[in-house]
Amino acid sequence: MKVIFKTSYDNDIDLHEDGWARGRIALLVVVMAALPFLVGEYYLAEAANTLIWSLAGMGLMVLVGHTGQASLGHAAFLAIGAYTDVALMNIGVPWIISFPLAGLATGLFGALVAIPAVRMSGIYLAIATLALFVIVEEMVILLEPITGGVGGLMAPSIEIFGVNFDRYTNLNNFYWLCLAVVVAVTWLYANLLRSPTGRSFLAVRDSEVSARALGINITRTRALAFGLSCGMTGLAGSLLGHYIAYFNYELFSVFISINLLLVVTIGGLGFIQGAFMGAILITAVPQLIAILRGTVNDLTGIDLSVLPGLDTLIFSAILIGFIIYEPAGLWGRWLKTRVWFQLFPLARRDMFRRQKSYLKTERQR
Amino acid sequence: MSLLEVEDLAIHFGGVKAVDGVSFAVEAGEVFSIIGPNGAGKSTIFNLISRLYKPTRGKIMFDGRDITPLQAHEIAPLGLARTFQNIELFDHSTVLDNLLMGRHTHRSTNWVQDMLFVPAVRRAERAHRRKVEDVIEFLELEAYRDKLIAGLPYGVRKVVEIGRALAVGPKLILLDEPASGLSVEESQEVAYWIEDMRRDMGLTVLMVEHDMSLVTQVSDRVLAVANGQPLAQGSPAEVQSDPRVMAAYLGTEVYT
Repeated sequence: MKVIFKTSYDNDIDLHEDGWARGRIALLVVVMAALPFLVGEYYLAEAANTLIWSLAGMGLMVLVGHTGQASLGHAAFLAIGAYTDVALMNIGVPWIISFPLAGLATGLFGALVAIPAVRMSGIYLAIATLALFVIVEEMVILLEPITGGVGGLMAPSIEIFGVNFDRYTNLNNFYWLCLAVVVAVTWLYANLLRSPTGRSFLAVRDSEVSARALGINITRTRALAFGLSCGMTGLAGSLLGHYIAYFNYELFSVFISINLLLVVTIGGLGFIQGAFMGAILITAVPQLIAILRGTVNDLTGIDLSVLPGLDTLIFSAILIGFIIYEPAGLWGRWLKTRVWFQLFPLARRDMFRRQKSYLKTERQR
Repeated sequence: MSLLEVEDLAIHFGGVKAVDGVSFAVEAGEVFSIIGPNGAGKSTIFNLISRLYKPTRGKIMFDGRDITPLQAHEIAPLGLARTFQNIELFDHSTVLDNLLMGRHTHRSTNWVQDMLFVPAVRRAERAHRRKVEDVIEFLELEAYRDKLIAGLPYGVRKVVEIGRALAVGPKLILLDEPASGLSVEESQEVAYWIEDMRRDMGLTVLMVEHDMSLVTQVSDRVLAVANGQPLAQGSPAEVQSDPRVMAAYLGTEVYT
């Protein structure tokens, strides 16, 4: 087992525990950046999709995983991000400005909504955010001059200083753009978690009453978490708009909200890496099912496409399986596996056995 | 002037008068204990002082300032920290992070600086860490620094709670039953720490405790409450020999 020899407080402040960890992340980024030369166009588009889902997943992770707030309305924030970006581009704002503005606008909207919403918690907050989602969906349909109403609209092609980043004509560029945004947001998120702000989020999640006794303003902290979460989701929405290229309100259905919740729960609540694991799973499973359908059809002649609920069924089974057997999600499973190998052959069977304990904040209410 | 003055404090939950007309004053630099049978309203008094409850009547003055109208999160920055009877730690964080959360009132950077991790954030983190390391050294928590709270034994969690309150850097520390559930050796350790807090750190300690040997050992003055009302106040020996206190504990008249 590797033991880190810490010689300064900076060892604990730094993002990575040592040079190896830093090297692994650098290698991952390099491989991701080289992906357009390694895989075909179809898989590259899927990779871009996964990156966008990871971004949205990180947005929800701030809220659900790190601040302990539920949201069933995050599709609404994806929509606000997408429509703000396209609306700004349609009046001539270049993407490089409209993109951060879309994130900012979504974040501000989220923070405003949060001020009354954060007084609720648990299931009530989930229902409130669901209501918000319905309102936003109706607004999108009603604001036809901006959103194109039911008919939808076309996302203009992204141009930065004369370089084209169109999803169809320049997929490589679009992919690199998504990667750059995701790397930047991940860096900001990781910084947040090692700073006082991130700690105050965790404090609010784990024990409200002691957070207050330590001087943490619960309402403001939750509103900030909501704002940051919505801001990240807004950025993802804007990229998603360009990825889909031609979209209407149906792109942002309530199933997107639920899928996002799946991303963070299956990936592993409370880990940034969890958002990525969940995003990979949620984008890969439909592909795997499609491949499976083809194989089954070829081998047996049974046409599975007559079973339209198959995707949902498999997703539900995966989710239920995770909640029962691995509440820490994919990333938690990986961490446990890693410890098992590090300790080999000393790992014990009940080492990770969950102790039954109730969330303290729930007890206090 | 006293550091903490509580005047005619009362809170009623419907018809239940949990605390009814309690007054006391804690002088700077003393150890003041509140004792009383279960359900006497001791922890309620603490929750009133830390503004988790809103009093029905009465006034709380801290350091010459009326803190009754303040919100719960506005108390810690004044220099008033507390522990909880049923440990309220952040279970999914390490001991170190729990103690760092105690430094919240001293944070000097905002969330934008935090996200960009500008050099000022790193400097502030180092400064917080030095303060926290002092607490870790004082409470001898070195072995547990990087351990998650969820896996720690009860006695250690109790100590981490005290540590988190000390990390706030308070003038007055409220300890809600610091020795409950601890072994004889551990509560003896708590007694030494309380003495050190007062002597070396210049802290004022307000404590709720059942363990009478601990109370007699460290307290300068004791207030006994029962049914939300004050019974007696004075030195530990005076209060313990007060017939009303004995009656409250034993439930009957005491025959000698």
